[in-house]
Amino acid sequence: MDKTLDLKFTYTEKKDTRSGFGDGLLEAGRKNPNVVGLCADLIGSLKMGAFQKEFPERFFQVGIAEANMIGLAAGMTINGKIPFTGTFANFSTGRVYDQIRQSVAYSDKNVKICASHAGLTLGEDGATHQILEDVGMMKMLPHMTVINPCDYNQTKAATMAIAEYEGPVYLRFGRPSWPIFTPADQKFEIGKAWKMIEGKDVTIFATGHLVWEAVVAEAMLREEGISAEVINIHTIKPLDEEAIIESVKKTGCAVSAEEHQLNGGLGDSIAQTLIRNNPAPLEYVGVNDSFGESGTPTELMEKYGLNAENIVKAAKAAIARK
Amino acid sequence: MEKQPLEQLTKISSQVRRDILRMVHAVQSGHPGASLGCTEFFVALYFNQMKHDNKFNMDGANEDLFFLSNGHISPVWYSVLARSGYFSAEEMKTFRKLDSRLQGHPATEEGLPGIRIASGSLGQGLSVATGAAQAKKINGDDRTVYVLMGDGEQQEGQVWEAAMYAAHHKVDNLIATIDFNRQQIDGPTKEVMDLQDLKAKWVAFGWEVIETKQGNDMASVLEGLEKAKALTGKGKPVLNLLHTEMGFGVDFMVGTHKWHGIAPSDEQLANALGQLEETLGDY
Repeated sequence: MDKTLDLKFTYTEKKDTRSGFGDGLLEAGRKNPNVVGLCADLIGSLKMGAFQKEFPERFFQVGIAEANMIGLAAGMTINGKIPFTGTFANFSTGRVYDQIRQSVAYSDKNVKICASHAGLTLGEDGATHQILEDVGMMKMLPHMTVINPCDYNQTKAATMAIAEYEGPVYLRFGRPSWPIFTPADQKFEIGKAWKMIEGKDVTIFATGHLVWEAVVAEAMLREEGISAEVINIHTIKPLDEEAIIESVKKTGCAVSAEEHQLNGGLGDSIAQTLIRNNPAPLEYVGVNDSFGESGTPTELMEKYGLNAENIVKAAKAAIARK
Repeated sequence: MEKQPLEQLTKISSQVRRDILRMVHAVQSGHPGASLGCTEFFVALYFNQMKHDNKFNMDGANEDLFFLSNGHISPVWYSVLARSGYFSAEEMKTFRKLDSRLQGHPATEEGLPGIRIASGSLGQGLSVATGAAQAKKINGDDRTVYVLMGDGEQQEGQVWEAAMYAAHHKVDNLIATIDFNRQQIDGPTKEVMDLQDLKAKWVAFGWEVIETKQGNDMASVLEGLEKAKALTGKGKPVLNLLHTEMGFGVDFMVGTHKWHGIAPSDEQLANALGQLEETLGDY
C-alpha cells in the first residue's frame, strides 16, 4: 500500500528497534567507561551481545531475576556507574514496579531501564508478553523520563543520549523489523518533539512504531486533500507541551497514536495538555482497554486498530468535530 | 571517623536508645522495637568498624558503605548518623514531621546526609548493596559494603534472587547481616511464616555464614563484625546472623513483637529513660 503513496519519509531498509538499542549501547559504552550493562537472561533478544563481548568486565548476567536486576542497577549508580538494564518491557515494568518506584525513581538513581518487545508488535508470544500499560506505569513515577523512539536510527540515537543524561529513564522499543525512515546522524534531544511533516488541518502526535503509520497516514490524507501535521513524540515524559500547543493552535484538532492502552498512554498526556492550555478535539489511536493475543504484528495492528488506516479515520473524525 | 573503644561504644548505645525512644514518643509513631534491638550493631558499625566520612558524598568512593534494607528501623539509623556528625542531633526533633529530612522510612529525596537509597518496601536492600559492592570492585575500590535486613524480610523472594546472584558473581566485599530477633508484625516468625534453618539456607546459597549469638552484647557484636570482615575477599559474600532481642534495653519492651511499631506513652517513656543513662546529652 505505502509503495504507491507519495511519502514524505521513505526507507530502503527495515530493522528492529532493539538492534538500535544494542548498537547504541555499544557506542555509549565506547564513549563512557562508566556505562555498564545488566541483562536478565535475554542477551540475544535485547541485542546486548556486542556490548558483552567488548566489555565483559562491565556486563552482568543476572539470570531470571528482574527484581534483583533493578536493585543491583540502583546500587551500581552509587559508585558512579551508568547501568543499562535489559529485559522485555513486561518484565522491565509491571514485574518490578515497586523496585523501580523505591530504589530508582524515589531514590533518583541514574538507571536506564531498557525495555524491548513492548506492545502488540511482539506478535506470536501473545498477551502475557505484550505489555500495553508500561508507559502509563512509568510516566506516573516522579523523576522518571519516558522515551519511545520510532525506528532503528532513533532508538540508537536515544540510547546514546540517555547515557549522557543524569537521572532515571525508561526506554521502550520493540521486536519487529520496522522501516528505518529517520536519519542515521540525527541529534536526539530528550523532551523535544520533532515536527516531521508540516500541515494545517490536523496534528498527528505519534510515538514509537506508530510514527511510521502516521507518516503513511499523512500521505493518505493528502491524497484526499487533507493537510496533516506529523509530530514525533519520542519523549512522552517530560512532554514537549509547547510544541503540542503551538501545533494545535494552528491545526485546531489532533490525533494521538501509540502502541499502548488509551488509559495512561501518550493520548492521556496530550489530552491533559490541551485541556489545560488549548481545548480542541482529540481522537485516540491505541488499544482500548483490552489485552492482546497471538498473531503477526501486521495482523494485530489491524485487528486492534493501530495502523495508518485507523489514523486516517481518527484524523477525519477530529476534523469533523472542529 | 575515629575508632571508639568498647567502653565508649556502650555509652553511645545508651544515648542512641534514648534518642530512639524520644523520637518515636514525640511523634507517637515509628518503630522502636527492632531499633532498640539493633543498637549495638549500628553503634559498632559507625563508631568502630566502618571507614566513613560524615561530610557525606553520595558515591562514597573509598569508604565503607552501609545500606538499611529494613527501613522501618530508621530511628536507630538517624540517631547513629546524627551522633556521628552527619547532621545535628537537634534535627531528630523533626522525625516523621512535615517538611522533615527524617522521613518515616529512610529517603534520599530530601537530601538527608548518610542515606544513599530509599528503603521501606522490604526485600530490596541486598540487591542494592550487591550492586554497590560490585561497582566498587570494578572501580578498584577495596572497601566493604554492609547491609542489614530483617529476619521477617527473609520471606521476600527478592532476597534470595540477590543471594544467588552475589554468590554466583563472587561478590566477596559484601557483609550482609540479618537482625535475627524472631519477631515480625503479626507475631513470632515461627508462627507467621517459619524461616526454618536460616543458616543452612544461606550456606546452601553459597555464602560464608557466621553467627553472632549475642547481638546485644557490644563485645560479641564487634567480634562478629571482625570475623565477618576477615572472611571478605575470599570469593564468597558473607552473612552475619545477628541474634538480637527486640526492644532490648527497656525491661517492658524486650523480647516481644508488640513494640514493633508502637510508641511509648509519657509515662512509659519516663520509665524507659530511667533505665538508660544520658551519656552524650539529649537533643
